[in-house]
Amino acid sequence: MARSFTPKVVTANALLEGDVVYLSIDDRWVRDHAQAELLEDEAHATIRLLDASARSDEVVGVYLADARRGPNGPEPVHFREVFRTRGPSNYPHGKQEQV
Amino acid sequence: MYLYNDFDEAFLRERVAQFSAQVARRIDGSLTEEEFKPLRLMNGLYLQLHAYMLRVAIPYGTLNSRQMRQLAMIAERWDKGYGHFTTRQNIQYNWPKLEDVPAMLEALADVGMHAIQTSGNTIRNVTADHFAGASADEVADPRPVAELIRQWSTDHPEFQFLPRKFKVAVTGSPNDRAVTAAHDIGLRILRREGEIGYQVLVGGGLGRTPMIGKVLSEFLPQEDLLPYLEAIVAVYNLLGRRDNKYKARIKITVHETGLDEIRRLVGEEFAARKPLFKGVDQEVLSKIEHSFDSPNYLSIKSDRFDKTYATNPAFRSFVDRNVDKHQREDYAIVSISLKKHGATPGDATAEQMRVMADLAEEFGHDELRISHEQNVILPHIPRAFLPDLYQRLRAADLATANIGLISDIIACPGMDYCALATARSIPVAQEIATHFEALKLEHDIGPLKIKISGCINACGHHHVGHIGILGLDRAGVENYQITLGGTGTEDAVIGERTGPGFAYDQIIPAIERIVKAYLALREGPEESFLDAYRRLGMAPFKHALYPDEAKRDAA
Repeated sequence: MARSFTPKVVTANALLEGDVVYLSIDDRWVRDHAQAELLEDEAHATIRLLDASARSDEVVGVYLADARRGPNGPEPVHFREVFRTRGPSNYPHGKQEQV
Repeated sequence: MYLYNDFDEAFLRERVAQFSAQVARRIDGSLTEEEFKPLRLMNGLYLQLHAYMLRVAIPYGTLNSRQMRQLAMIAERWDKGYGHFTTRQNIQYNWPKLEDVPAMLEALADVGMHAIQTSGNTIRNVTADHFAGASADEVADPRPVAELIRQWSTDHPEFQFLPRKFKVAVTGSPNDRAVTAAHDIGLRILRREGEIGYQVLVGGGLGRTPMIGKVLSEFLPQEDLLPYLEAIVAVYNLLGRRDNKYKARIKITVHETGLDEIRRLVGEEFAARKPLFKGVDQEVLSKIEHSFDSPNYLSIKSDRFDKTYATNPAFRSFVDRNVDKHQREDYAIVSISLKKHGATPGDATAEQMRVMADLAEEFGHDELRISHEQNVILPHIPRAFLPDLYQRLRAADLATANIGLISDIIACPGMDYCALATARSIPVAQEIATHFEALKLEHDIGPLKIKISGCINACGHHHVGHIGILGLDRAGVENYQITLGGTGTEDAVIGERTGPGFAYDQIIPAIERIVKAYLALREGPEESFLDAYRRLGMAPFKHALYPDEAKRDAA
């Protein structure tokens, strides 16, 4: 039996500001996790990762992060990824500042 | 203090120019990240969880007011108005933008500062006792030696690609405040029959495999220091493992090779290198020593200190906790706590940095220090000025009287900032501080060092905390392991793990159980937590920590 694949999003940090970004279905780097493309097929996820990794003049440190379907779009699964959607917990800096 | 000469100045400007061009080439696409990463790391620029982070060296933790004001300016102009002082006496900016970093480095160079060798597999910023040149218990000021090592190691062509990073700490006092035993090389300045020499420790370190440094040389003559250090690093450079990052530090090399064999190899290497040092190093050292001459001390006849101490209980509490004995009777060493209850350990706003700079300039011979415990020190304050200084600190909300107490916590940035972290540290520190403040137990508990790391790399020194906390990721959930009985002083000990870890919302109650067990079991207020632990051992604390297990055992 094929092992089940946990859905993913492609994520990285923006080259200039270092801010966390996600790859959207139309190949844009978006700042909001919910606007990321949810990759539910492993082969497709691998291709998206390869494509994204080639865009090294826009982003740094591209990787696949676990995600799941949510009412408003993809949601992070691991707490590290939850923090990345927000910013630090000691000051209202980072993404939470912009909301 | 040491001021940069023309050589230092030219070297810094050249590095800034080089890095500016490298950043420009990265932004215009001529450099890939793979090519750029080693270049940015050579200049202290990391990519963290939410942003870049610039780590600026504060060699041996010494600053003047002009430098501190420049750090404030940089925080305001290119960051979010604050900086984070670290356990290696550095300052980190958490939000720089890539294109601003060259300007930040230029601004640092304007005051003789830089971010060189604050990262990468090189000899890192040399740390020293933060009471250097001031403390009553000192044999010699460790900073001239630290500065000599800085000059020798900066851009040292042989040591730019070591198997792993390499950290050196120096103390000139028998009371080790520089955690020398937890460094790749720890130097302790000794005096024997009038002669200055060094006890050389090697192979200490925390992280995944914590080890206490071993004595490689009991008493190294002063003039042998640089050739001997060079011999150690050269032996490590060849023997150190490059196949496994986790086994690459010199502590593993020493452990796997054996101390005697390392000593033999270093001895051979030393014999070959010593003739190449023709005394220039000692000439440089003696010049450096003059830049660390004592300030022109003031003699002030005044009873203001005694009067205020007798009549103002808040001042008395501040003096009793935050003021240490100076070499001179009429002077004192003042520690400014960056651990106000609920604040982020080690963080200072630009405004606070300016206040501390002003106070150093007005009251303290223009000197500031950063301690590895993430506080700021004014090393030379006339006792007569203490009442005024205290009032000014109070007005700036910098007079928290908690040095060495349960809220004076070391915490690494953890998963709030660090890309390597496996759990958060800062909120745990904040909650411990506010929790025990609310219980009004802090002063009753007395001296207790809690140290928190957000991953196994142990930047928060948890192994040498009286209570150490290590944040891990256990199956996708934050989990905190506790160690007890560690200490980073001259009798350094690695703490012992209590048992299974605790969830994020259980760690504060767990710490409370340990502390309450201590309060119940101590022989009196004069028996500190560490002393009580040494007398009682782990068992009663384990019993308090895991009550369910204790019940099961009893059944």
